Amino acid sequence: MSTRTRVPALGAEGWFTPDAEEPTLLGQRCTTCGTYAFPQAAFGCPNPACAGTDMETVPLSRRGKVWSYTDARYQPPPPYVVPTDEHVPFAIAAVELADEGLVVMGQLVPGVSVDDLSVGQEVELVVDVLFSDDDTDHLIWKWQPVTSATTGGAS
Amino acid sequence: MAANEVAVLGVGMHPWGKWGRNFVEYGVAAARDALRDAGIPWSDVQFVSGADTMRNGYPGYVSGATFAQALGWNGARVASSYAACASGVTAIEAARTRILAGLCDVALVVGADTTPKGFLAPNAGDRPNDPDWLRFRLVGATNPTYFALAARRRMDLHGATSQDFAKVKVKNATNGLANPNARFQKAVTVDDVLASPMVADPLHLLEICATSDGGAALVLCSLEYAKRHAATAGSVVRVAAVSTVTPTYPNTIIDLPDMATDSSAVVAAPEHRFKASIAHAAYEEAGIGPEDLSLAEVYDLSTALELDWYEDIGLCKVGEAERLLNDGDTQIGGRIPVNPSGGLACFGEAVPAQAIAQVCEVTWQLRGQAAGRQVEGATSGITANQGLFGHGSSVLLTR
Repeated sequence: MSTRTRVPALGAEGWFTPDAEEPTLLGQRCTTCGTYAFPQAAFGCPNPACAGTDMETVPLSRRGKVWSYTDARYQPPPPYVVPTDEHVPFAIAAVELADEGLVVMGQLVPGVSVDDLSVGQEVELVVDVLFSDDDTDHLIWKWQPVTSATTGGAS
Repeated sequence: MAANEVAVLGVGMHPWGKWGRNFVEYGVAAARDALRDAGIPWSDVQFVSGADTMRNGYPGYVSGATFAQALGWNGARVASSYAACASGVTAIEAARTRILAGLCDVALVVGADTTPKGFLAPNAGDRPNDPDWLRFRLVGATNPTYFALAARRRMDLHGATSQDFAKVKVKNATNGLANPNARFQKAVTVDDVLASPMVADPLHLLEICATSDGGAALVLCSLEYAKRHAATAGSVVRVAAVSTVTPTYPNTIIDLPDMATDSSAVVAAPEHRFKASIAHAAYEEAGIGPEDLSLAEVYDLSTALELDWYEDIGLCKVGEAERLLNDGDTQIGGRIPVNPSGGLACFGEAVPAQAIAQVCEVTWQLRGQAAGRQVEGATSGITANQGLFGHGSSVLLTR
């Protein structure tokens, strides 16, 4: 198992820390006006009142509150890659990161259904396998409800 | 009469359905229908404004020149527009501004499409710089994912229920029964809606709009030209305002095809969030308000989104849409009927035709020609629409 290669999924390279013990999304902060961007703003500050072009990469809050949520009962079309032989419905949440003023979508970890979710609930970022092929695991960020067992972690 | 008004001289449609035939066929049929309605020959049209077909979120076939050639080259100037679901109104706006600038008197606006079955999905091949590709690959987020996030948010914030959402479909299905251009002409009950398969919790299959074939067209002209040509001069329907605004930073409501919102950490969210700003700009331009409206045609991509629109176009305060619905205010015969055409619930979405079709319906309503679904005494109506990539549109029509 240790020979498997772990890489961020195509398109998400540099969007999160794939191997950190406490993983985070990697956003950007404008060094001029201080606003944030995720995914990274490739063409300068997105604030129209700011002419800044220098954006520094910053880790975003690991925890946030569920802004809204849903699930995918049907298999999404390509380029979604079904990670298992048959489609297993998965939950999706849009999560509000208070410090950054951002709402970021992501899948919930497997096993979490909409019945386990509520608006305002605290969730935490984890890195998980989006899908695997041959000897490579393609990684992505997912959200995981913060339970009493995990509340001791960093916030 | 305001100086910035143009007239709707003719409207036309090819019925909505699912046949998979060439989109040009639908567009040409709608165009000929609109020209017949306007009572002018094709050879008199000076500008052809097409709304491009949608292929996997992006522009597909060139529309303006395609329709011009299919109708027989007449030397008219031409333009083609793409603005996702708002493409039709972008084409209307191109025609309107050309007329208002005095560069032409009469223009033909056409949108038509033929659409694939199932989820709208991005083009094949790896395109990691494309947000529309990324949301499918990285999150598995389909269009209904976004509709469902908005629906769940509405339930949490305003106490909406699945029954409320289902009642929107019941209302629109009832309206569509009398619309010969609607694809779905079948009454449904709340139980039917809730018994249909769950697609993206809390939205069921019957609450999410289908993709359809269809075509719609308008003949727009200057008010002077309308006076000379309209058989019923004086009751000509006029375009009082057109809005195609983009969002104002920070756009804090997550929307297709993005995976994250703008940041509100430094700049506070604007007073009017994006969907509300679309209609607001139209009201400002026309100098009339929601209290003046007789009806509205809004983009019910889902049942729950229709309720959001009630608030976004100012029919009620935020959080009161369910009450408006349940009081019967938005049904035909109510205070402010919404989607008397049957809406997307009965049409499904033929992307480049849809925003034009909304204008066709309001025009028929203002002329008193919406047999079986007529809003009595209608004098003004608004359309509202939103699509991918920060596009949205609203048209205000009066008579």
